[in-house]
Amino acid sequence: MAVKTKEKIVKAKETQQYHVIGKRLNGMDDMAKVSGQIVYADDYSMERMLHGRVFRSVKPSAKIKAIDISAARNHPGVVTVMTYKDVPFNRAATSAVGQTASLGKVSEFPRIVLAEDRVRFYGEPIALIAAETQEAAEEALTLIKIEYEDLPGVFDIEEAMKETAPRVHEDSSTNVHSHFGLHQGDVDEAFKHADVIVENVYQTQYQEHAHMEPESGVAWIDGEGVINLRVATQVIEHYREIAHILGLPESKVRVRGTLMGGGFGGKEDMTVEPYIALLAWHTGRPVKLTYSREEMMYGRHKRVPYKMYYKHGATKDGKLVAVEAKLIGDAGAYIYLSHWILLYTTVHATGPYFVPNVKVDCYSVLTNNIFTSAFRSFGCMQPALGYEAQMDALAKALRMDPSELRLKNYLKTGSKTGTGQVIESAVMLPQTQEAVIKALGPKANTTKLHIKVGQGFASGWYPYGRMCYLHDTSSAWIGMESDGSAVVRSGIPDLGAGQRESLRQITSELTGVPLDKIHVINADSQLTPLGGTVTASRGLLMSGNAARLAAEALRGQMILQAAQMLKTTESDVDLANGEAFSKRDNSNKIPISALVKAIKGQGNPLEVLKCFHAPTAPPVTDVVITGQIFTDFTFGSQAVEVEVDTLTGKVNVTKFAAAYDVGRAINPKRVEGQIQGGMTQGLGFAIMEEFVENKGIPENLTLRTYKIPTSKDVPEIKVIIFESGTGFGPFGAKGIGEPPVVAATPAVMSAVEDAVGVRLRKSPVHSDDLFNKIKEQSGK
Amino acid sequence: MEIKLNINDSMVTGKAEAGTTLLRFLRENGHTEVKKGCGEGECGACTVLLDGIAVTSCLVPAMQAQGKEITTIKKQGDPVIDALKESFVNHGAVQCGFCSPAMVLTAKWFLSENPHPTRAEIREYMAGNLCRCTGYAKIVDAIEYASKTIESFAKIGAR
Repeated sequence: MAVKTKEKIVKAKETQQYHVIGKRLNGMDDMAKVSGQIVYADDYSMERMLHGRVFRSVKPSAKIKAIDISAARNHPGVVTVMTYKDVPFNRAATSAVGQTASLGKVSEFPRIVLAEDRVRFYGEPIALIAAETQEAAEEALTLIKIEYEDLPGVFDIEEAMKETAPRVHEDSSTNVHSHFGLHQGDVDEAFKHADVIVENVYQTQYQEHAHMEPESGVAWIDGEGVINLRVATQVIEHYREIAHILGLPESKVRVRGTLMGGGFGGKEDMTVEPYIALLAWHTGRPVKLTYSREEMMYGRHKRVPYKMYYKHGATKDGKLVAVEAKLIGDAGAYIYLSHWILLYTTVHATGPYFVPNVKVDCYSVLTNNIFTSAFRSFGCMQPALGYEAQMDALAKALRMDPSELRLKNYLKTGSKTGTGQVIESAVMLPQTQEAVIKALGPKANTTKLHIKVGQGFASGWYPYGRMCYLHDTSSAWIGMESDGSAVVRSGIPDLGAGQRESLRQITSELTGVPLDKIHVINADSQLTPLGGTVTASRGLLMSGNAARLAAEALRGQMILQAAQMLKTTESDVDLANGEAFSKRDNSNKIPISALVKAIKGQGNPLEVLKCFHAPTAPPVTDVVITGQIFTDFTFGSQAVEVEVDTLTGKVNVTKFAAAYDVGRAINPKRVEGQIQGGMTQGLGFAIMEEFVENKGIPENLTLRTYKIPTSKDVPEIKVIIFESGTGFGPFGAKGIGEPPVVAATPAVMSAVEDAVGVRLRKSPVHSDDLFNKIKEQSGK
Repeated sequence: MEIKLNINDSMVTGKAEAGTTLLRFLRENGHTEVKKGCGEGECGACTVLLDGIAVTSCLVPAMQAQGKEITTIKKQGDPVIDALKESFVNHGAVQCGFCSPAMVLTAKWFLSENPHPTRAEIREYMAGNLCRCTGYAKIVDAIEYASKTIESFAKIGAR
């Protein structure tokens, strides 16, 4: 197989020629976006609209002894101040965001809309304000008088696990809210026979999503008594939860998702929704609430930090025989998606390798730190820091090339994962590994003595589609218009990754309607069939397949009619470029519009609603997870070259390459964009990004103190796309939204080790830390 | 006080308090194409051109713009803006799009100072405009391509 670097697509096998799929298309919304014509959430205003603000805790653990809102309420311009007493239902109703499948037990540590008699983290919402102006709302924040009594808090996950630790939720018997494990074979026995054993501890940090668009939305009550929210969200299905909080029928809440200015999991849980809904309901007036950047930093969740204990054993010829691991994640004070993240972490804890003997225990622990929840690559990038470092350590101990060691252990099609799930699709790890190493090329020369150059690579895996036990579904409706154009309706939100674009391409490919004649309407909980969340790298798999099913149904009806009109067989008919034509004789053709008119003339409206059902499995009820957990996985590798300045410990990433098997690249330009963006978030995690809390008090609340990569920090990126055609998405596609975050951090750590002989086991790289370790090393 | 300024070739008069930023003034006067990402001059999403120079409008008091010329992405008939916009779209440099208008304006400004930048120079100039979606690769591609074609684009545009 010819592997070409620099954004070349390597096709595993040439399949049929598509008309639209696989083309490097411009995005349907891109010109409007770059021209400033998109009305993002905060760009929308209404007559008589009020401005909302959230009053939040500045204590990580305290009793609220007294709260006096009278001065705030009486302040000129203030319309209302609400506390928990004004919230009809102050406890969350669901533990299954965006799903309807019954999961049995709901969380024992329910989320609370507004704090009642105590606060459990710095930033916890306590009261809501709505005022005529932003200034009045801002001033009212300072007029709320609150008296706290400090309570003991717990800020370290291992401390929190102890019997003697203060309970974050005082009624509960433990701070450990979730425990999952993997158990295969007999690790103790296997370690006895291992030729080499490596054991290390790893640690990751809080990461902030830092999407450019702050959380924002406007809520209002319409003339029919329906509460409407126009909001930046990855999950329009939150309308159910909002209805629960307000005590309204679900049919009386409508969520319209806006085109988002990025999300990355930051807009997966509810953000402003309950607050604007409550304020609008309470005042009867439209209310807008947009978080400040500071509020985004301390008022919304972060990526789960993990502490990870790994023990790996292998034979002298490099076969993994056993992995034993304990991973502990910090959930913060309330459980949002920590439970599911832990499940993802557990399933992926041993990496994309076949391991015959496995014992993994993962815990999610409540603390009085900021709460953690969804972030692109959802619990799967943290263990990669551990399992890939362990592979490098084994290679070192065995004096084996790290690429060779991995080649001996990669999962293959038909292999069983740690849960016993059989991988059904292609596993192109060897090819992606070879491609990224080749893409880096030889190490750069440096004439400066204090600069050391190193290269490293890592592999990773990530599932696309939600957990099978959620019984995930996605619906889409497609209608043909009599002039040969088409309308697509799908509830799937668009966070900027091109969800709408994919639906348009799939519809065009199958119905033959040109791209510019297809209009996609999305993300309206009452007017578009529910498409499910834009999370879990599920957009293409789920809403893409729903659109495919609907378009295929239309295609069938259109081909039947076309065969009659063209006087040929159905198998000879194809649809493309606005025409139905005979494949044998291209000149024998009719416009789609004529075809559609003929069908509609027979009383068939040519509109189809289809629902796609993901593979299902029973709920995970035991600690030890077994069987099929996910639909399928995406596999790939990344490689980096770094320069380490030994005088300062500063790491500069100078080359960066990634290769993924995406199954089928529906739009290769979009796929590259997803990979480049994901890699860069991984790079930021590796070398610069860290949200810091000191005993529950946040320390860096601005983009000046929380740095994300700029154009100067990111080198030129090479992307190699493989297309095995074996994915479960439309046309054999796999998901690629989140997988690219996974392998970047361990690749950087590996390159640093190659450069200066120091392996860092804690992210991100701190230059002073690295400098000290380099000094220690040279002193030896 | 009353402020009068030229926004995209049309005179706009509006009221602003002492502390009102240019960003807020623009957004409250219908120019929501100028985005607020951080309000502290770090993300660059609020970039506009003030007499041709790129500024983060969240740090500029509206009063300082009195009588000046403001360019936002909605300026019509500007061949450099048009060339950059088209190049951004063609190169896939737009994902969520929130940072894109400001990126284009910053690029317009620095191309006026350095019409033929290297890729490294583009990265240097653009470092004040954050993007969380693209990893900057396609943004650099787009600006590089635009810098090479802008002259012919300008000729076409001028006809």
